[in-house]
Amino acid sequence: MKMFVCIKRVPDTSEADVKIDQTGKSVDSSRFSFGINDADNYAVEEAVLIKEARGGEIKFLCIGPKDSDVVIRMSLAKGGESAVRIEDPRINQKDPLQVAKVLAAAIKREQFDLVMTGCMSADDSNMSVGVALAEELGVSHAAMVKSVEILDGKIKVKRELEGGLTEVVEMSLPAVITIQTGINVPRYAPVRGIREAQKKELKVLKLEDLGLAEEEVSEAGSRVELMKLYIPVVASNAEMIQGTPDEKAEIMAVKMVKGGLL
Amino acid sequence: MGDIFVLAEHRRGELREVSLEMLAAASSVAPQLGGKITAILLGSGVNSFAEKLAGYSDKVLYVDDPLFAEYNSEKYQLALSDLISRYQPELVMVPHTTQGVDMAPALAVELKMPFVADVAGLSFEGGKLQPVRTYYQGKINADFAFKGKPPYLITVRESSFSAGDPSKQGTVEKIASPLKEDIQYRKFVEYIEAVVGDVDISQAEILVAIGRGLREEKNLSMIEDLAKSINAVIAGSRAAIDAGWLPHDRQVGTSGKNVKPKVYIAIGISGAFQHLAGMKAAKTIIAINKDPNAPIFTVADYAIVDDLFKVVPKLTEKLKELRA
Repeated sequence: MKMFVCIKRVPDTSEADVKIDQTGKSVDSSRFSFGINDADNYAVEEAVLIKEARGGEIKFLCIGPKDSDVVIRMSLAKGGESAVRIEDPRINQKDPLQVAKVLAAAIKREQFDLVMTGCMSADDSNMSVGVALAEELGVSHAAMVKSVEILDGKIKVKRELEGGLTEVVEMSLPAVITIQTGINVPRYAPVRGIREAQKKELKVLKLEDLGLAEEEVSEAGSRVELMKLYIPVVASNAEMIQGTPDEKAEIMAVKMVKGGLL
Repeated sequence: MGDIFVLAEHRRGELREVSLEMLAAASSVAPQLGGKITAILLGSGVNSFAEKLAGYSDKVLYVDDPLFAEYNSEKYQLALSDLISRYQPELVMVPHTTQGVDMAPALAVELKMPFVADVAGLSFEGGKLQPVRTYYQGKINADFAFKGKPPYLITVRESSFSAGDPSKQGTVEKIASPLKEDIQYRKFVEYIEAVVGDVDISQAEILVAIGRGLREEKNLSMIEDLAKSINAVIAGSRAAIDAGWLPHDRQVGTSGKNVKPKVYIAIGISGAFQHLAGMKAAKTIIAINKDPNAPIFTVADYAIVDDLFKVVPKLTEKLKELRA
């Protein structure tokens, strides 16, 4: 089982104040803390679990600057043999179809059985890269996978649908699957693994190495254009509870009990 | 020219609401695009859905074939690719659901269509259609424009448009199935129902819901104290379920349950649209989050912008006092 796992370094903005920079087309990321994309972390774990159960080989793929090495090494520390980081400022990372094209170019050069991505990135949330990647590679796919069972030349997956419903799908290999969070319990990188990861191969490639022309994957070559970013008007009708934390708690408690909310 | 295709979604004998939401969105932009609205329906024994869709569109094109009884991304892509190439619509709308996201990006690659995913709004700028989507879980909006030639493809977020009333009497046309025999490389096997747990959160009167902001499982005891003080049931966002703090049947949102309690207290939940869709019907929503721009506040009735670890224990203490 030769596996590729595509991972991305993303900012944690769950509690951060996101501001648009002067270009109006990107955000000021100088004060963000970064880490591996949540769903990708589950994909890494799933690949390691498959390898532990059946043997095989894992290669991590990542598009991004050198800062991404931290999440790549952390993934290598959990398992996997090698990694490729594609670093090229000409790549338009905002277009999921162009990202898929770049990843496909890197994967196509080798033989593979299974490609995994997270089903969604925490920053852009297009939920599109994995499925587009499958089309680029000309193989089957399934999105939002919550369980994987490898069969002989086939794969059986459970897809998480709306309302808690699950769909079971069987596909022939090779295939691409996009992993949904909660499929497993991602491990922490073991100390010995972290040391070993430093010695594992991490190749850095550019567009030329992948045989890609700039216009295929650059912003100018995208079939869509980001016109502008803006902070949405928060149409909140909420009553703002004011004061110190203690005062806020008291005001709210009074409203709940005496105001008849409960 | 300027025609709009809308892919209707159905599952297990039910036409899903997002189909009508997309048709309403299509109606809102059809005058500017200067075209007709065609609903595309792929299924088996779906005549009644075709009739219903005709009330919202100018034309319904439908495939009625046992091979289309269940959704299958490969079959859907094949059928849509065929129809789009034949009819050359201006805009194609696919739901941003577990069906749509499993198929649309591949279709965009195959037909080299300009594609924007997870569209939550549509606007016009200089006579050109601009899809609107969000970044960073709703904290940033982005206007997009299509470059190059139509057809354009978008996936449309559920609940971002309101379904209208039937006001049209479209023609209904059954078309030949693009499949002669079943495909082998991807097969639908079965559905598995959600596991039923000890409590049904969709029936709860008062819910205390937790999210990523709770940080660690050990902080759950603080939430249990609060819930106990007001006889509430504890539920959570996807983050709380993935982290293993709560069982799956306690998940509120698109992939979990829709709830409509009398009181919903959202603690440390930023409010991804999948979560909001599942709880915005609550009668009173109280949100506690330290980020004033958290999308949860767009649906809240009471907003407490503060550190939950400072507010919640005090809130519990006061509630106990007042209810004693």
